[in-house]
Amino acid sequence: MPVITYRDALNQALREEMQRDDRVFLMGEEVGVYQGAYKVSKGLLQEFGEMRVVDTPITELGFAGVGVGAAMVGLRPIVEFMTWNFALLALDQVVNAAAKMLYMSGGQYPMPMVFRGPNGAALQLSAQHSQAWESWLAHIPGLKVLAPGTPYDAKGLLKSAIRDDNPVVFLEGEMLYNTKGEVPEEDYLVPIGKAELKREGEHCTIVSHGKMVLVAMQVADQLAKEGITIDVVDLRTIRPMDVDTVVTSVRKTNRAVVVEEGWEFCGVGAQVADYIQRECFDDLDAPVLRVHQADVPMPYAKAIEKAAKPDVRKTIDAVKRVMYLES
Amino acid sequence: MLLQRRFEEKVAEAYALGKIGGFCHLYIGQEAVGTGAISVLRDDDYVVTSYRDHGQALARGITPRAVMAELFGRSDGCSKGKGGSMHLFDRNTNFLGGHGIVGGHIPLATGVAFAIKYRGGDQVCLCFFGEAAVNNGAFHEALNMAALWKLPVIYVIENNRYGMGTALERASAINDIAERACSYDMPNEVVDGQDVFVVREAIARAVTRARKEHTPTLLEMRTYRFMGHSMSDAVSGTYRTKEELEEHMKRDPIEVLRGQMEEMGDWNDENMTTLDNEVREVVEDSWNFADNSPEPSIEALHENVLVDTTSDAEASAAVAGD
Ligand SMILES: Cc1ncc(C[n+]2csc(CCOP(=O)(O)OP(=O)(O)O)c2C)c(N)n1
Ligand SMILES: [Mg+2]
Repeated sequence: MPVITYRDALNQALREEMQRDDRVFLMGEEVGVYQGAYKVSKGLLQEFGEMRVVDTPITELGFAGVGVGAAMVGLRPIVEFMTWNFALLALDQVVNAAAKMLYMSGGQYPMPMVFRGPNGAALQLSAQHSQAWESWLAHIPGLKVLAPGTPYDAKGLLKSAIRDDNPVVFLEGEMLYNTKGEVPEEDYLVPIGKAELKREGEHCTIVSHGKMVLVAMQVADQLAKEGITIDVVDLRTIRPMDVDTVVTSVRKTNRAVVVEEGWEFCGVGAQVADYIQRECFDDLDAPVLRVHQADVPMPYAKAIEKAAKPDVRKTIDAVKRVMYLES
Repeated sequence: MLLQRRFEEKVAEAYALGKIGGFCHLYIGQEAVGTGAISVLRDDDYVVTSYRDHGQALARGITPRAVMAELFGRSDGCSKGKGGSMHLFDRNTNFLGGHGIVGGHIPLATGVAFAIKYRGGDQVCLCFFGEAAVNNGAFHEALNMAALWKLPVIYVIENNRYGMGTALERASAINDIAERACSYDMPNEVVDGQDVFVVREAIARAVTRARKEHTPTLLEMRTYRFMGHSMSDAVSGTYRTKEELEEHMKRDPIEVLRGQMEEMGDWNDENMTTLDNEVREVVEDSWNFADNSPEPSIEALHENVLVDTTSDAEASAAVAGD
């Protein structure tokens, strides 16, 4: 199987879906001539032309709304945000328009569109450019929220998102774009709403999504050397959440740690922990612990930025705590 | 201007060595705009700007040491190492920040001007942003309110022709963007941003209008950036040719000024060399200072999320900016 980057996997998904359905178009800042701020849309302008690969001014609110309008009358827009930090300006359209259109119209206007772009922190980009928004977006009924952590899932999920008739929020990661993985040549989809057990173990479950899946896998590798084996559940889709996969794993391991990039308060991990306490109350041998960003805006200076971020060490500590081991 | 140039050349060096990280946008080529504009201000006026803020911070009088230390992410930086390149702040000089969200700070300038008028002061607020920001909703909302309420604010568009890789003509329905002020019946001018004296004169007119009549102004400064959009962007790339870049570099604002000073008869190569050496020493010193400044402590990570003062005196001191 070819090994390609997360970036190329997304690029393939966009290309294949645009070839498959001429109602699909891509719109956003620098997606065309510049070939994408992170080169995800490389070559698409050349292949599909300017009507289908649309460079916009820096007007997130405006072009997100243009996408919503186009979707109302039958197109299938993919709206790219250079990063989700800037999508904040467009949240009115995402939340007040896209997420509610079907409901407000009594089912008359579905929103077959995708909002996508990198989410979460990269390196030393400081407070305004280092934020993980999934808990905000997952809060909203009417949106589906996806956060793939591997090239395989990125491609398969993006294709499913584009084919879905609902507004889908698709969260990528700047630090994920260069990561590599196996991606088959033939057409495939990854279903929305299905988590995946990325690693099997027996002592503890780690639930994560997006970039943090890589952290969870490293933790599993390291702890395996100490004889501790981990079930790594990759949510892949945050909403609708695949509670069954989480619950099945926790019923087996009796312990869970949830890792996410965002802040603790009202985070995705809070929702996961809630499902676990409801479904696995009698199975738990320890409270569910969470690993997340420190409760501060992201600082610039290297050392304290590192201290603010969830990482392998903090996750190992959490696993050891739920196992009542010395760390 | 020479200080800014030499400072940023050093910044590029430090970036390559990994001493500076994250997004880092150089001002090289645009120095006459910030320098000319800020030189007209009084100490009690205010400046708000975007992420491309090193040059303006230096022009406003933040020390090269404090700016370099910030870029190095050290505790002696003007934002204590928490902001970095895009977020230089300095209360002492009323430098209200570099801001990272395109257009996001334009309403802040309107708000500062609102506070000036509210308190009956005669200060002004100077707000810098790129030409690409004028397509953003915040720009229009901010200008409308400033004109509606007659606020002492001067909006300075630094038209360097590109927003990242997108040329002005590919992003704006009109090319003379100063005309956007017409929708708000606001005085406006197109200004040669490579000539520091021309910049000064235009700003001086706007400052007078703002101080005396509380009238806002929109100025379009025509300039050009000689470097890539940020340190991660090629100097000339897919979106502009090397020839275009070279053509614009012929009007280097420092060379334009030097020519003018020579013509006035009070400047020669020898003066220039002396000044250059002095400036280089200042820059070298800022590097050494930054390099020796301690990193923020782990405790600092949790500081400054909220203040715990609530007294009225303190709240109004915050408003007064003192
Ligand atoms: C709302 C928002 N969208 C996108 C970006 C990413 N971005 C940073 S700078 C920039 C270009 C801005 O160009 P311009 O306003 O002309 O200023 P210049 O960089 O040329 O000084 C873009 C798209 C951002 N920071 N904020
Ligand atoms: Mg520009």
